[in-house]
Amino acid sequence: MKNYKNVIAAYSIMIFLIILVGIFQSWSIALTILNYCLISAVMTIGANIQWGYAGLINFGIMGYTALGGLAVVLVSVEPVKKAWQVGGLNILACIWIIVAIIFVVKFILNRFDKSKLRNYSVASVILGGIILLRVTAAPGIEAIESVDPAKTGFLGGMGLPVLFSWIFGALLAGSLAFVIGKIALGLRADYLAIATLLIAEIIVSIIKHEEWLARGVKNVIGLKRPAPYEIDLQTSEWFINLVTKFNSSKLNLINSISDKQEALNQMVIDASSVYVKLCFTGLFLTVVIILLIVTQKALYSPWGRKMRAIRDNEEAASAMGKNIVKEHLLIFILGSAIVGLAGAMMVTNDGLFTPGSYRPMRYTFVIWVMVIVGGTGNNFGAILGGFVVWFLWVEAAPIALFLINLFTSHLPETNAVRVHLIESAPYFRFLVIGIGLLLIMRYRPQGIIPEKIIKQ
Amino acid sequence: MDFLNAIIVLFNFTVIPALAYGSQLALGAIFVTLIYAVLRFANFATGDMMSFGTMFAVILTYYFQSLGIGLGILPTALLTIPFAILMMILYMLIIDKFVFSYYRIKKSPPVQFAMVSVGVMFVTQALIRIIIGPSDRRFLDGEKFIIKATEFKEITGLAEGITLKSTQAITIIVTLIVVSIMFWFLNRTKTGTSMRAYSDNEDLALLSGIDPKRVVLITWVIAGILATIGGVLYGLDKSYRPFVYFNNMLPIFAAAIVGGIGNPFGAFLGGYVIAFAEIFVTYAYKRFISYLLPEHLEPDSLLQLLSTDYKFAVSFSILVIVLLIRPSGIFKGKVI
Repeated sequence: MKNYKNVIAAYSIMIFLIILVGIFQSWSIALTILNYCLISAVMTIGANIQWGYAGLINFGIMGYTALGGLAVVLVSVEPVKKAWQVGGLNILACIWIIVAIIFVVKFILNRFDKSKLRNYSVASVILGGIILLRVTAAPGIEAIESVDPAKTGFLGGMGLPVLFSWIFGALLAGSLAFVIGKIALGLRADYLAIATLLIAEIIVSIIKHEEWLARGVKNVIGLKRPAPYEIDLQTSEWFINLVTKFNSSKLNLINSISDKQEALNQMVIDASSVYVKLCFTGLFLTVVIILLIVTQKALYSPWGRKMRAIRDNEEAASAMGKNIVKEHLLIFILGSAIVGLAGAMMVTNDGLFTPGSYRPMRYTFVIWVMVIVGGTGNNFGAILGGFVVWFLWVEAAPIALFLINLFTSHLPETNAVRVHLIESAPYFRFLVIGIGLLLIMRYRPQGIIPEKIIKQ
Repeated sequence: MDFLNAIIVLFNFTVIPALAYGSQLALGAIFVTLIYAVLRFANFATGDMMSFGTMFAVILTYYFQSLGIGLGILPTALLTIPFAILMMILYMLIIDKFVFSYYRIKKSPPVQFAMVSVGVMFVTQALIRIIIGPSDRRFLDGEKFIIKATEFKEITGLAEGITLKSTQAITIIVTLIVVSIMFWFLNRTKTGTSMRAYSDNEDLALLSGIDPKRVVLITWVIAGILATIGGVLYGLDKSYRPFVYFNNMLPIFAAAIVGGIGNPFGAFLGGYVIAFAEIFVTYAYKRFISYLLPEHLEPDSLLQLLSTDYKFAVSFSILVIVLLIRPSGIFKGKVI
């Protein structure tokens, strides 16, 4: 029990901080932060599997997050029938062409010995394939994008319930990780970091600019939700009754009936947003707990020991007959799939898919800071890192604003330095995160909750 | 005549912009590669360090303009570069003293260095945004064009013109000067040789009496010069916007790796390889082809291999291909 004391203490402080936000700002904001903390926790579990368990450095988290988001659009949006009619055939033909290219390249690679001729023929097959793809796709894409461009202009999705997209997002991210892992995993650590960073950028730029797929930078809004809508709640009888019941003491204090009705309306509006967020919190918490149990079991299983052995000494593990390439690929896929799941969860939570918002700063580096700050190799630590860093990321600006006002209160309102500082308050979050990371790396490199190895 | 027109179209829309852009990338790539070779880590704060140096140049340019100091037809920013470089070097040395030196003495693995540089990236970005703000700034003054398209057409009587912006000419000339001085320094002087020795084999270099502190100091000095000049040239040519500088880090990394990381000359050429590839692949060849072919054969489509949206994607794809086929880069850098 003594071992877990600091874990419990750290989590209690975190919960306490979120409750403080609830009291001082509003419960709606506190729940939004909590939900994002939970999503970040899923991402950090994914990143921690790769970095903490196996020592793989993956700076491509943004790419998998974006793919998870794409999955929500592809699964939950209703199909646009007209777009399928005008351009569906071309797109399907393109998929077949891609499959054919892959098989031809594979055939050439397997059939012939390594030679210049083989390289040239592979290159020419790929180049010819791309030209063929463009010729086939161009009319289809044009037709699809011209179908009611203000509202649709894309193929739409499958029209399934949105929760399926979480699984689909994980699968999509995992299969991409398979391809990338095959290409890049042989590289040395810092090369792998750069390569994955750049590949993620390619993925996001494809999602941004292929408008027939998910409207690109035009965004998809109004996605389905696994939780009820605020508007529906506000008009339903049982919910109003529930709110009245909770606040009966407050309502009884008000005498006039019209004032009472107004106060009740306001309460219902507030309560509906809190209720919806609570629904999301419940869903996300379930995911985090399931993942935590599974990863914790995996970490202390023979498989987890094997991963640690590979991480700590590749040569020795290889000498013991462990297949390092295979295990690295497996763990790369697993971690990326979890990140994809988190991406899908995030888009579901937001209700909109905005490819333009995927930036490496926010979706790769901040997640990495979370893993390092929380504790590499320890799932509790990684989740805590997700909570702490996300909390700082959101609350740094208000806290900075408060401190600036405090320290410059002797200056007049129009003082140039004061105005400039107040304007730049949002950027203090970068400073806080950066300095936090540097301090942790220097004085507690193993993170807030260090890795614990139970001797079996 | 048509043939000449076609060549000029190609020259105007691809070769000149690619040369200017390539020079800016090359300076950044040499910066990355130097840090990698001597200090042995991938510096993820590259883009933001360039941005930091440029920020001083921008502020000083505004200050000089308010004082009425200028260079006439040349941009005032050129005058501010030395001061900006000094500030940049000071910042880099402070960062090195308080952050990197600890890990260097401990001989930490490169991955840890990379993560530390991510921390530096966050801090630098915050400082830039707090000092100057995230908005878009143009700080170019003086003559904008050296050759204008209309003038060129009048002189030569051709249907197509060449536009040469003064920033493009300045970029190319300054890059060539800086890079040649740097190569002379690295290859011909004693200090440069000691740097290369340190990069090749640290222990042997220490044995032969090379002072590691001095090598590190000089590396940061050169890095500061390269970062600031590269950043200012880019800012003059396009505009100064902190976010764009962060993004520029990606093609710069691509250039450094394509050229063979740790090899300055490779990085120099890598910058141009990336720039030319980006521009040649995303250029619409319609006008070029229509001069070469007879009228009835003129193409309908734009004849563009990829849309310009995929500019970055091109350089990254080149990087992936190079990593697959020849991980040590085209010009054989450190074997990784």
